[in-house]
Amino acid sequence: MNSTPNGGAAPPYQNGPVGQTYPSTYPPGYYGAGPQQQGYPTISGHCAPALNKSPITNNDHSAYYHHNSHQQPIAAPTVAPSAYRVTQGSHPPSQPYGTLPTSVAPPNPQQAPPFQQPSPYALHGAYHGQQQYLPSQALIYPQQLNLVSATPSSQGTPMYPIVSYPSAPGSSQYGTLRSSQAPTGPGAISNLIGAPLHQYPPGNGTSHPASTAAVPSGHSMAPPGQPATVNGQGNAVQAPVLQHYDQSHQAAMAHDHYGVTHNTGGADDDRPPSGTPFTSSPGHQQGGDSSSTTTGSASPVPNSYDSLEGGSYPESSIPPSADMTKQAPPFGYGYPSMQPAYQQRPSPRTDSSPSHGRYNQTGYQHLSQPFPNMSQLSAALGGLSGVPELEVEALRPVNLLQERNLLPHRPLDAPEPNLNADLKKANCSPDTFRCTLTNIPQTQALLNKARLPLGLLLHPFRDLAQLPVITSSTIVRCRSCRTYINPFVSFLDQRRWKCSLCYRVNDVPDEFMYNPVTRSYGEPHKRPEVQNSTVEFIASSDYMLRPPQPAVYLFVLDVSHNAVDAGYLDVFCQTLLENLDKMPGDTRTRVGFITFNSTIHFYNLHESLSQPQMLVVSDIDDIFIPTHDSLLVNLKESRALVRVLLTSLPGMFSQTRETHSALGPALQAAYKLMSSTGGRVSVFQTQLPTLGAGLLQSREDPNQRSSTKGVQHLGPATDFYKKLALDCSGQQIGVDLFLLSSQYSDLASLACVSKYSAGSIFYYPSLHHVHNPAQLDKFQKDLERYLTRKIGFEAVMRIRCTKGLSIHTFHGNFFVRSTDLLSLANVNPDSGFAVQMSIEESMADTSLACFQAALLYTSSKGKRRIRVHTLCLPVVSQLSDVYAGADVQAITCLLANMAIDRSISSSLSDARDALVNAVVDSLSAYKNTVSNLQQSGLIAPAALCLFPLYVLALLKQKALRTGTSTKLDERVFAMCEFKSQPLQQIMRTVHPDLYRLDTISDEGALHLNDCIVPQPHLLHLTAEKLTREGAFLMDCGSVFYLWIGKCCNDMFIRDVLGCPNHASIPPNMTQIPELETPLSERLRALLAWLQDSRTFSSTLHVLKDDASAKTSFFQHLVEDRSESAFSYYEFLLHIQQQMTK
Amino acid sequence: MAFTFAAFCYMLALLLTAALIFFAIWHIIAFDELKTDYKNPIDQCNTLNPTVEKLVLPEYLIHVFFCVMFLCAAEWLTLGLNMPLLAYHVWRYTSRPVMSGPGLYDPTTIMNADVLAYCQKEGWCKLAFYLLSFFYYLYGYVISTISTGMLSLPPLLLPSIRVCYLYLLSFCLYGYESNN
Repeated sequence: MNSTPNGGAAPPYQNGPVGQTYPSTYPPGYYGAGPQQQGYPTISGHCAPALNKSPITNNDHSAYYHHNSHQQPIAAPTVAPSAYRVTQGSHPPSQPYGTLPTSVAPPNPQQAPPFQQPSPYALHGAYHGQQQYLPSQALIYPQQLNLVSATPSSQGTPMYPIVSYPSAPGSSQYGTLRSSQAPTGPGAISNLIGAPLHQYPPGNGTSHPASTAAVPSGHSMAPPGQPATVNGQGNAVQAPVLQHYDQSHQAAMAHDHYGVTHNTGGADDDRPPSGTPFTSSPGHQQGGDSSSTTTGSASPVPNSYDSLEGGSYPESSIPPSADMTKQAPPFGYGYPSMQPAYQQRPSPRTDSSPSHGRYNQTGYQHLSQPFPNMSQLSAALGGLSGVPELEVEALRPVNLLQERNLLPHRPLDAPEPNLNADLKKANCSPDTFRCTLTNIPQTQALLNKARLPLGLLLHPFRDLAQLPVITSSTIVRCRSCRTYINPFVSFLDQRRWKCSLCYRVNDVPDEFMYNPVTRSYGEPHKRPEVQNSTVEFIASSDYMLRPPQPAVYLFVLDVSHNAVDAGYLDVFCQTLLENLDKMPGDTRTRVGFITFNSTIHFYNLHESLSQPQMLVVSDIDDIFIPTHDSLLVNLKESRALVRVLLTSLPGMFSQTRETHSALGPALQAAYKLMSSTGGRVSVFQTQLPTLGAGLLQSREDPNQRSSTKGVQHLGPATDFYKKLALDCSGQQIGVDLFLLSSQYSDLASLACVSKYSAGSIFYYPSLHHVHNPAQLDKFQKDLERYLTRKIGFEAVMRIRCTKGLSIHTFHGNFFVRSTDLLSLANVNPDSGFAVQMSIEESMADTSLACFQAALLYTSSKGKRRIRVHTLCLPVVSQLSDVYAGADVQAITCLLANMAIDRSISSSLSDARDALVNAVVDSLSAYKNTVSNLQQSGLIAPAALCLFPLYVLALLKQKALRTGTSTKLDERVFAMCEFKSQPLQQIMRTVHPDLYRLDTISDEGALHLNDCIVPQPHLLHLTAEKLTREGAFLMDCGSVFYLWIGKCCNDMFIRDVLGCPNHASIPPNMTQIPELETPLSERLRALLAWLQDSRTFSSTLHVLKDDASAKTSFFQHLVEDRSESAFSYYEFLLHIQQQMTK
Repeated sequence: MAFTFAAFCYMLALLLTAALIFFAIWHIIAFDELKTDYKNPIDQCNTLNPTVEKLVLPEYLIHVFFCVMFLCAAEWLTLGLNMPLLAYHVWRYTSRPVMSGPGLYDPTTIMNADVLAYCQKEGWCKLAFYLLSFFYYLYGYVISTISTGMLSLPPLLLPSIRVCYLYLLSFCLYGYESNN
């Protein structure tokens, strides 16, 4: 599991970012301890007292690390060193660090696996984070105490009068709260600054030797989804990024310099061994993966608020902090907000850590040759003329009618933009930010000629394994277009930079001249903002319209007879109970519950009560909130009551006879309850709303389910839910909908409530605790992920692009507030967005186009943060270049989004025709303009050779198919998924990956820790590839199918499934038994590895080769003919025919 | 026979068209603001949409109203010239998005570049149409009064025409400025 993409290539390096750290931080004893969860409560409890003040920094950390309330410990490592500094002057702070890394040094594949055992499916990030930190917490503990005592001044509440937040339950208005908050105030406030970032595993040093070697291979072979890491959340993607960084750093720093520092480091005796590699060679840190840290953390000092606001900050006072370097790999670091202690410390610093000084010097010399950025840019300009091999390959004409094996062996990678090496390395990860055309056409006319859609696919809030977090009093932005400074700006000289979007020349603020990574002055182009295309800023109060809100969660539960019958309530309460402490948040976190059937029930959970008190409002026509105080309560204070409520809730309604559902009024109540704070409303609904406002009628005609004519009722029946969503969005309330209904529930109308309030939609069509345990299991796992995943509140996202480009349409769940601004009441790490672009003015005078997505949000710890992603792409004037840069997956996803809009606004058949036309148009445009071959057949450039296949697959999706019986709700849900899922997930759904399993070998397998993950080849999705002797795995994104052929080798069945033969395989098998055979181990490793690349867990269905398997499995074989749809070959002929018309 | 019903209709239409021109300019400005996101990007959509919607129905009703007047006055040519717009209004209103209240524009789709461009174009076309029809009504009014032998304009009319021109001019200027 702890894999990075390069896994196979470089074993020592391979446990990727997080993985590595685990072993290192863990004293061996911890492993033995088994599941860490048990350890948890005690530990956290244990630290609680010491941490009174640590929340300051904590918050920050945890925000990064999937907040979990236990996270306090995390703070410790960061805080501790600084405390040390402060109190003890030059004493090397790193004692703990020093020791840790040494233990890390050996790659310890052996250790990792035991750790993983307890977590067969993707564990929650928070949980991991937790684990990771606990040990260090333990180690550092004493220092922390130190810290507390050393800086008593930081507790002074009065210092932050302005920013206090409501901690008291029931206070609905900020104004009133302010005064009351004093006690919590300091913690919250100081968060603003605290800089920290990620914690960072000291272990990085180890990767040092391996990293260089590993980079290239990892890079090239890693399919995006591949890397798995322990923390189930999307690190996967990171790995490639890491490498990018690696290289760029190395490139930036000359090699000799590297050597030099190395030596000095070695010479230094007083430096902890680990420290050396770290500081000395910038390249490594990344290897280390780390989640980085920041300097800001170094200052537990409270002035932060001032510094944020006032910003006047003499450069001289900026601390060159030794621990900063040590702690912070170049990625992350914050600017220390000035710490008095630091200010005084002058040169002793160099004494204590000599290597530093030298590092700086060398760095300086090297770097002083000025502004690589500028040269990069000009190189890029020049570089465009040469046509790289990649491009030639992308343009190779492919006759689709003749070439049958188009699929690559491994899942497709995003095409690399044709940029020079430095820019390429600095560019945003394709998993976060992707453009349909990696070569942007110069003019709209050229784009029209290519007949390909231009657009972006974004996954902005993705869980990242590491992310540079910057705390700085001034966030440097272009004065005219407000673009954040990014790696693609050019520095004209030391004091001026030119915006990459609007080309305005801006001044470099003084503060920016200081580089906290190298701790040197005068190198603005080495700042992390300019080195990384994905960064996160801690925003100052300028970025707040009101004090950051606390995390507020309201659960609205359907308790009608239908709901009780389905049995979801048990699972929900159980899951919530288990995850109550893992929900992102801080001490201000509030929760509330509303249940409804034909009446609305509120629960008074005030801490002074001994029992939750239920308040019933039966006047659903004019809903009111019975008491304002205690319906949303502070989770920390009322935890006991919440637990009591959750335990008793399932029993309370078990005898209910009430069949009506007043969803509308319940939502109105939720809106009223939340409107003063904003937050997240999670609605669980099991049937059509039948009472009060927003009641709906059944619109589905079952006889029309398989009609080929067109599908009615894809749009909402009423605008009640949409209006409510807009109101919610205005009050920063996000509504997430869980629809758990087996009958028609008019999702088309209900979904509006989530669509426009930036919520998520989940649908479990046949959830029932008795009839469908597999579904219930999936619901439970999804819910767990849902509850514990990161969340951002009161967010907005703005997308800026180079002058000449403009945004045409947005796709996703949000409210569009202006032409480039999305209002997102909540933002979650699992949602993706798509943007259609148009070219308004010719971009002939530029060679690079940049796109910047800036997401401003409030973390669950009450901090305002800005996550900025910047993507840079070349601009081309030749049509052939446009084709060469086409990203077929991104194009498919964007087309899917457009088709769904079209099917709602116009009709399904229109949308389907438009999809087919997209293929016809682009291929005929290619044929007529670019390819000069006169050969007959259907010619496509290699870059687009999968395009017809993907479009055919789209046409066969639930959302867009006709002629096959599809329930309206399922169709609508599939549409919602297309619009809100990130690209990877959509592509897996559209075109599942099919592997043959019974013949897997270790050839090309990844070696992760001690398990071997086989890498079987992808197969075309056609029954032709299936054999009766084989066993096949199909990965459809949210579900895996393991299909066992009739004549499958008994050995395989016995080894993998533990059944003697095909006949004895039980019908509804949803798990693979853990057998000790090598085959079973490989297979489970493969499944776990696939699972790790996604955030929601997928269910596994073992299917026997018989009639029952037909529909669910064979519908995904998109290349085959179905009753109402073309086979792939027929589809190609159809396209060819259309082209000649 | 001083002042025929037809002349009255034209006069009324003249005044009402001035109002429609005003609406059309308002419409253009509103969408322009939406597009340029110039003043207050926050919540602009929410505040503007109701305003725009409030314009829609009165505009349609006014137009229907003087079409009916022309029908009564048996001014067939004038009525014929107005029929396309009338038909367009009917079509537009029947094909509006699902909405419980009156109105045309859906805040969730209005920011879509296609919709926005369409609405802006619609605004400019209507403005042009209303301007032309304003002069046509003026002409029609003069003709109908002349043909009935009334040579001098009624005392109130001249000033009111002047006022209309002034309004028109100032709105055009304002619209032009805001457009830049």
